[in-house]
Amino acid sequence: MDLRYTNDELAFRDEVRAFLKDNLPEEIRQKMIDGESMDKQDLVTWSRILNEKGWAVPHWPTEYGGTGWDPMRQYIFLEETQKWPAPQPLAFGVNMVGPVIYTFGNEAQKKRYLPAIANLDDWWCQGFSEPGAGSDLASLKTRAVREGDHYVVNGQKTWTTLAQYADWIFCLVRTDPDAKKQSGISFLLIDMKTPGIEVRPIVTIDGGREINEVFLTDVKVPVENLVGEENKGWDYAKFLLGNERTNIARIGMSKQRIARIRELAAKEMSSGRPLIEDERFREKLASVEIDLKALELTQLRVVAADAKRGNTGKPDPASSILKIKGSEIQQATTHLLMQVMGPHALPYHTGDADGSNELPIEPDYAATAAPGYFNFRKVSIYGGSNEIQKNIIAKAVLGL
Amino acid sequence: MDFDLTDEQSMLKDSLDRLLKDSYGFEQRRKHMADPAGYSAEMWNAYAEMGLMALPFAEEDGGLAGTPVETMIVMESLGRALALEPYFATVILGGGALKAAGSSDQKAELIPQIADGSLKLALAHTERNSRYDLHHVETQATKDGDGWRLTGQKSVVLHGEAADRLIVVARTGGDIRDENGIGLFLIDANADGVTRRGYATQDGSRAAEISLDNVAAEALGAPENGLPALRKVVDGAIAPLAAESIGVMSAMNELTVDYLKMRKQFGVPIGAFQVLQHKAVDMYVAIEQARSITLYATMMADSDDAEARAQAMHAAKAEIGRGGRIVGENAIQLHGGVGMTMEYAVGHYFKRMTMIDTQFGDSDFHLRALARGEGLFKAA
Repeated sequence: MDLRYTNDELAFRDEVRAFLKDNLPEEIRQKMIDGESMDKQDLVTWSRILNEKGWAVPHWPTEYGGTGWDPMRQYIFLEETQKWPAPQPLAFGVNMVGPVIYTFGNEAQKKRYLPAIANLDDWWCQGFSEPGAGSDLASLKTRAVREGDHYVVNGQKTWTTLAQYADWIFCLVRTDPDAKKQSGISFLLIDMKTPGIEVRPIVTIDGGREINEVFLTDVKVPVENLVGEENKGWDYAKFLLGNERTNIARIGMSKQRIARIRELAAKEMSSGRPLIEDERFREKLASVEIDLKALELTQLRVVAADAKRGNTGKPDPASSILKIKGSEIQQATTHLLMQVMGPHALPYHTGDADGSNELPIEPDYAATAAPGYFNFRKVSIYGGSNEIQKNIIAKAVLGL
Repeated sequence: MDFDLTDEQSMLKDSLDRLLKDSYGFEQRRKHMADPAGYSAEMWNAYAEMGLMALPFAEEDGGLAGTPVETMIVMESLGRALALEPYFATVILGGGALKAAGSSDQKAELIPQIADGSLKLALAHTERNSRYDLHHVETQATKDGDGWRLTGQKSVVLHGEAADRLIVVARTGGDIRDENGIGLFLIDANADGVTRRGYATQDGSRAAEISLDNVAAEALGAPENGLPALRKVVDGAIAPLAAESIGVMSAMNELTVDYLKMRKQFGVPIGAFQVLQHKAVDMYVAIEQARSITLYATMMADSDDAEARAQAMHAAKAEIGRGGRIVGENAIQLHGGVGMTMEYAVGHYFKRMTMIDTQFGDSDFHLRALARGEGLFKAA
């Protein structure tokens, strides 16, 4: 047992840091620091810089553009990019549909889609949830009926993040309505330009426009866009959701937010002195830091176990801990960051990414604090709610 | 980074677990507890034969040069067995004081005796009004020729009654809360002027109130500036205590999950109820987080960076305190009435876990201490 990074790992970390310092455009980094939302171009710019370097999809098999890094290096890379902070790659392509395609897709699909995901030529969104299918995802109703060379798809998807930018959507659709509910589902890739697709925004409580409803009316999808076998889509979805969980702890991002909290709490005054000198505040911060340090070690244990087991494609059920604690910590830190602003968290800025960027109230860094807190209530809901994660642990780990 | 045990470490763990499985069942432990000493002399000797006493000492001092990882392994296993022997008091605290402050003569004299099991030590640091502050010392040390004389009262000295020698924290100068003027001293536990009143503790162990009246003592390290050494001893003890708590918590978790599967109400195992499942998961998450922070503390236990080391120990002690309470209280709750009985193991684990929080500072104390510093994530 040796819990230190090896010299090679430390050298790798320095290499990543140097790359970030030299290559991430400063205005993108500043937006990240300020908690502003990325627009499409920011993410495209950064993804192409990474892809140029060969680092856009580190965890993919090397034949599809992966780096061949062991899980520890992948973790170091993830952590360093989050801490810097650099934008995270578009998960729907890189972490979700990409691995499904290279694991279950055919050669033509791999060739067509994987390079475009790595370079963010194709912007993907996720068509899983429906109005009647949330935690009980397998009760989804969107229908795909085979007619000759096409499926005809009808239904409604919801909570579709960044669908407004999307070129493609991967959808779970019901292909056999008579089968038991998990058995009649298929995994389809759908071009967002296909006639019959309508995207309507859902404004979230922070005022943001991240998520959407997607309506599908008589959408014709070529049969070659089916991934794997018809009616096996649930297996691919479980695989995808497992991958989602391992990347969800966001340790580096929470570290960056804690540094930001310390920095800003030194500027904001409370009872005639900087807030950071307030004992109660410091204790709350220390309490979150302990959780985060423990979670960092938990993450490393999961990473090390993955490395040892080799890539089985199956996530460690213990990774549900990462989701539960990771989301709790993200929520605690966004709350603390809002508290730092005191009354200056109050003003609501109506300008969004598409409109005016004018911030009428000082200090300018206060504007995103309350929306950040509101927005991050999502993290214990998405990716399998924390209660669903507890069901998974109870069953898969504790055997209850 | 590598979380696996080496072959030697696995062997250590397996042989200790086997010994404890054979000799430390619930009824056997009860028998050990009923011994006037409060523990089993036979087990004590068995540990010595296995080399556990010699484990954390340097080879040149007569030890086996074990690292904090080996100590972690031993303490976790002892925790799982709720072992009563004064291993922690003698080897971790007493031995830790010798390592941190002892002269080469003192080490040469005493460490071999620890290693062969013939010497038991206790650390007398707590006083009636000190609470968890290591620098609050009222016991006085006065110079007497080449040696010293100690006068004062020490409270809840772990295994103070069983000890052959005591390591006493006493003041050579300054006011009672000054950080300077504190020394560590070695006394014979049966010396003239020592009065010991031993008693049982809540967790089935033993402690003593000790009164010192002009007791002859020799200094262990710098008598004017012993606080850094004392802090090092206590920091070095927190990681093993955290490891013990992992053994205690894991045992509670296993007992509870087994019970949820076995106990039937309303015609089904109670583990089928989601509200109970989620409590069991809360326990599981708390244990895994406690295990992680224990690994971190173990990694930092022999760091020479006193500040970083202290921060890690504050974090670990705070986390196992609050995690231990989640695990312990839920373990009792999920067992229902059975969990309340002295006849069943889970309550004994709960009591040990609870008492660990009162040793060397509870979770509030360490959270406050951590909060005073610059945090766990200073630019790395």
